Amino acid sequence: MSKRTIIPFGPQHPVLPEPIQLRLVMEEERVVEALPAIGYIHRGLEKLVEKKDFNQCVFLAERVCGICSFLHSVTYSQGIEEMMSVAVPDRAKFLRLIWGEIHRVHSHLLWLGLLADSFGFENVFMHAWRCREKVLDLMEKTAGHRVMLGTCCVGGVRRDITDEGLAEVLRVVDELQKEFDEFVPVVLNDYSIKQRTIGVGKLTKEQAAELGAVGPVARASGIARDFRETGYAAYGQVGFKIVTATSGDCYARIQVRCGEMYECLEMIRRAVKALPAGAINVAVKGNPSGEVVSRVEQPRGEVVYYLKGNGTKNLERMRIRTPTFANLAPLLAMLPGCELADVPVIVLSIDPCISCTER
Amino acid sequence: MLNNELPVTRDTLLNEVAARRHQGYRFVTVTCVDLGDRFDIVYHFDKDYVLHNLRLSLGRTEELPSISPIFFAAVLVENELKDLFGIPVTDLAIDYGGRFLLSEGSPVAPQRKPDATPAQPAQPTDGAVK
Repeated sequence: MSKRTIIPFGPQHPVLPEPIQLRLVMEEERVVEALPAIGYIHRGLEKLVEKKDFNQCVFLAERVCGICSFLHSVTYSQGIEEMMSVAVPDRAKFLRLIWGEIHRVHSHLLWLGLLADSFGFENVFMHAWRCREKVLDLMEKTAGHRVMLGTCCVGGVRRDITDEGLAEVLRVVDELQKEFDEFVPVVLNDYSIKQRTIGVGKLTKEQAAELGAVGPVARASGIARDFRETGYAAYGQVGFKIVTATSGDCYARIQVRCGEMYECLEMIRRAVKALPAGAINVAVKGNPSGEVVSRVEQPRGEVVYYLKGNGTKNLERMRIRTPTFANLAPLLAMLPGCELADVPVIVLSIDPCISCTER
Repeated sequence: MLNNELPVTRDTLLNEVAARRHQGYRFVTVTCVDLGDRFDIVYHFDKDYVLHNLRLSLGRTEELPSISPIFFAAVLVENELKDLFGIPVTDLAIDYGGRFLLSEGSPVAPQRKPDATPAQPAQPTDGAVK
């Protein structure tokens, strides 16, 4: 047996947008074992819920993550609405879907840029982020903010999208489709990208199921599971196709996310065309009481909110299980056997979001 | 009370969890609620988009058996319970020694409500994992 050494990967590393450390047990250039160490950005957000009004906690939930922020507020709001038996107007459900899918496109483009950066493909990085700027601009035009939209509330949404705004959404969606048609085939067929990702960081279907993988990580291993299938918000009315791949490697995770970006655009188009008229929220009276578990499919996978109310304005408990938290155990199964140079690519392939993992 | 909930005890927990695994459930997460005089530990499992929950009522000084030998994915959240609530979890597949989310100098068990039997501070491990 070769001599084993331990290499700390992170918490500060050029490819890591957020701090996480992986302690890599190496035999020469090959990883034989990995152990994650987090705790650099734990904020105690779950504890803060005990001090805030349950309506204020929508903003708190939105700040759990700086990338899929809107979807956190939707998950939280849906949970409180279920607890308080609030019927959300259809238009609000459609608007949640539209902003949610816009968020998914922005998140996947951000990830694609970071992944390309991890193996030095700067052109893809710049192109993906240039496209993402259009998505952020669209969010600003429709919601007034580029990332933290602040539009979701318990009982619906705070802000409507005007007819001009909807026309702008469709225009930007068409523009993005053209951009994707130009550069997604390049990403999927490029020789160097294939060399760096095919067969790298493999996670079999059995491992993904065993270790509780979620989102694109699970779907890239052949598990056709996507919580949008349950039809929450307006997904039941708009329709939705699950994108999967089977090889379970880094390339498959690129395939799934690229396919999902196209699917997002289609869903946004259908939702804009089918957007019903009417109110965008309802008044919510009283305080939440009881327990619920609310789940939503975020860009990285299923997010879980456990909420417990005690009849006062303050919740007794809010517990958040983010998709990256669920994908840490699968990440540990992807790394053994890979070379040290592949570690950044494999880590980025799960699209890690550490600030929401630590909360 | 949640839908699809089954109460378990410390003696029946591992058998029930093993049964979920045998039936093809996916481990989702564990939630701990501090009720003041005891903890509610809720284990969430999923099959076909339906959650199934096991609820364990744990005394404030009792040890919690780890389910990580059955579902390895539970090891991180069980370390989190140990950090944030000061619950002693036994037989963890990987034990971070109370340094998973918290570091030296952090508040001890910050999500635990004050009680007559405060949690013991985690033993210093100088960052090493046992």
